[in-house]
Amino acid sequence: MSDDQLKHALAELAMAHRDQLGGLMPLLHAVQKQYGYIPEICAATVAPVFRLSTAEVDGVISFYHQFKSRPQGKHRVQICRAEACQANGCRSLEQFSKDHLQLDYGESSDDGLISLDSVYCLGLCSHGPAVRVDDELYVQVDNEKMTRIIRELTS
Amino acid sequence: MTRKIYVPADSCAIALGADKVAASLELQLGPEFNVIRNGSRGLFWLEPLIEVESEQGRIAYGPVLPDNIDEAFVNAVKSAGKHPLCLGLTEEIPELKCQQRLSFARLGITDPLNIDDYIAHGGFEGLHTALTLSAQEIVDEVQTSGLRGRGGAAFPTGIKWQTVLTTEASQKHIVCNADEGDSGTFADRLMMEGDPFCLIEGMIIAGLAVGADKGFIYLRSEYPRAATQLQQAIDIAEANHFLGNNIAGSDKCFRLELRIGAEAYICGEETSLLRSLEGKRGMVSAKPPIPAISGLMGQPTIVNNVITLASVPFILAKGAEHYQSFGLGRSRGTLAFQLAGNIKRGGLYEFAFGMSLRELVFDIAGGCRHGDAHAIQIGGPLGAYLPESLWDTELDYEAFATIEAGIGHGGIVLFNQDVNLAQQARFAMEFCAAESCGKCTPCRIGSTRGTEVMDRIIARQSTDQNLELLDDLCDTMELGSLCAMGGMTVIPVRSAKQHFPEDFHSGAQSRD
Ligand SMILES: Cc1cc2nc3c(=O)[nH]c(=O)nc-3n(C[C@H](O)[C@H](O)[C@H](O)COP(=O)(O)O)c2cc1C
Ligand code: SF4
Ligand code: FES
Repeated sequence: MSDDQLKHALAELAMAHRDQLGGLMPLLHAVQKQYGYIPEICAATVAPVFRLSTAEVDGVISFYHQFKSRPQGKHRVQICRAEACQANGCRSLEQFSKDHLQLDYGESSDDGLISLDSVYCLGLCSHGPAVRVDDELYVQVDNEKMTRIIRELTS
Repeated sequence: MTRKIYVPADSCAIALGADKVAASLELQLGPEFNVIRNGSRGLFWLEPLIEVESEQGRIAYGPVLPDNIDEAFVNAVKSAGKHPLCLGLTEEIPELKCQQRLSFARLGITDPLNIDDYIAHGGFEGLHTALTLSAQEIVDEVQTSGLRGRGGAAFPTGIKWQTVLTTEASQKHIVCNADEGDSGTFADRLMMEGDPFCLIEGMIIAGLAVGADKGFIYLRSEYPRAATQLQQAIDIAEANHFLGNNIAGSDKCFRLELRIGAEAYICGEETSLLRSLEGKRGMVSAKPPIPAISGLMGQPTIVNNVITLASVPFILAKGAEHYQSFGLGRSRGTLAFQLAGNIKRGGLYEFAFGMSLRELVFDIAGGCRHGDAHAIQIGGPLGAYLPESLWDTELDYEAFATIEAGIGHGGIVLFNQDVNLAQQARFAMEFCAAESCGKCTPCRIGSTRGTEVMDRIIARQSTDQNLELLDDLCDTMELGSLCAMGGMTVIPVRSAKQHFPEDFHSGAQSRD
């Protein structure tokens, strides 16, 4: 897609949310869903639609952990690192997963398949460690189960 | 006649294999059985918890993993008969029977998206009562019930509603805080996945009470299933004229929109949440003005937690006096306690206020699943770590305030002897640094410094000086922070240090 085409598509998406109260957040979700991240030219393109400056839109994008300004892996693996999962051993699962994937939080694999992130609670706190892969949820994840989850993603 | 089999379609049950169980039962049971995907009963250690209708009532089996479904199991289920996984009548399961399910009366009993099922189980009775009352009379009922906000701060709901009712404006809003960011909590999630019409009904009643015809649910994006359940429930309620114009045949209207957050804990704080709803950065703003006077788009706004709003239909249906007859002192009604962490029988426990922490965690929920109980954190990431000597504290707001702790949203996390409380204190600081909105220096920078100081304490470097530094830092954060993010991060830190000094001092053996 050329820059012009991208701009055009972004502007069109923005128009759909222009008259909605607080439409910028739903718009950013829509952009991220469509492209997997928020392309750099998004802020400048959509800002006038919402009568905002580019810096203001950039400020919103950077405030939220979920909005990514770089391309992400095809699958997003999130490990819960909050207290209830700590009580069930997530600290060692985190280390194991980072080593196994050779990724730190916020990084994506070179083949573009997996992005690794942390998450603070998935509401599965009696059955930690909890893991989310895209919209799939996993509970009582030990190293072995994690290995299986990753194997399924890569095969 | 077909017989009903219930297989929960709740996130936790699904993660444990409930979808596979449902598919396999559907295949093997044949057309005389109807597989219903109900909500979870909240007894997570028994999930997937299958129920089958019988003459005596619903018979439970659990936990039923996909591998458990063989011929013997299918035959047992067909006759609602004996099997090693059979738990008898669901209603007689001790951990469920002893509860007082008021707000969660329908949880796991109904098909969450079947509006007829909802109505058959008392749904919209509260709304029908509300439609016969004046706005002031509805607010009075909520006042009389003694209901206090379940999102954490426990502010009296009736007073908040009165302020919004009294404030003149051409547009008012009802905002449901469904950001449920606290670790160890899932009551909001269970309500939204398991009985979404109840939340919707509560929000409609709130609209009638203050003259607001527009509502928003601000839901965290970490709950993908709650999002689809809620959106479907909203669509169904609209199609059945419970949302939109002329709700339930009246001349009132109420519209409801679902909005999704984007992974920011601070957006659970009400002013941050409102800015996020407006499409902005989730920066906290100083109060006053309070949202009840100047909230969404500067208009009077009720911001209430999911459980607060979902408690309102019961209050209107059964009467404020009935609700407030539960509980004690200034803590009236019930609270949905959530038992989490290293716990034998984790799940949702709705009880009147007043039971002791020990009774709930040990006598009812069975204590640790592995090892020996060592510490309990209650009230989420901004809540205190409590040692055994404080476990006899009564579960009510005031009793917890006297031990410098809080009940918050009702999350209770149990840790065994492997926990290192200095590590937990460090995590509290690290979490604050990651999730601070950045407005105040003590919170933004203090938490980063706090993480470094904790690193030195854990490494046993100049312990005495660093502990002193930690105290100073906590004082600064407590006094110099605009909201509870910075101001209450000191609670887990101080409680860990005060009650578990052995993890902070040199001389003691580091256990991590
Ligand atoms: C850092 C922070 C996070 C919060 N997170 C939540 C939350 O996730 N859910 C919630 O209902 N309230 C949360 N609150 C409390 C809200 O600010 C507010 O008190 C609540 O939504 C009011 O509703 P209630 O009176 O029904 O509890 C949080 C407060 C702070 C300071
Ligand atoms: S205390 Fe922290 S989160 Fe709260 S307003 Fe200040 S910087 Fe923001
Ligand atoms: S703390 Fe991990 S799921 Fe809640």
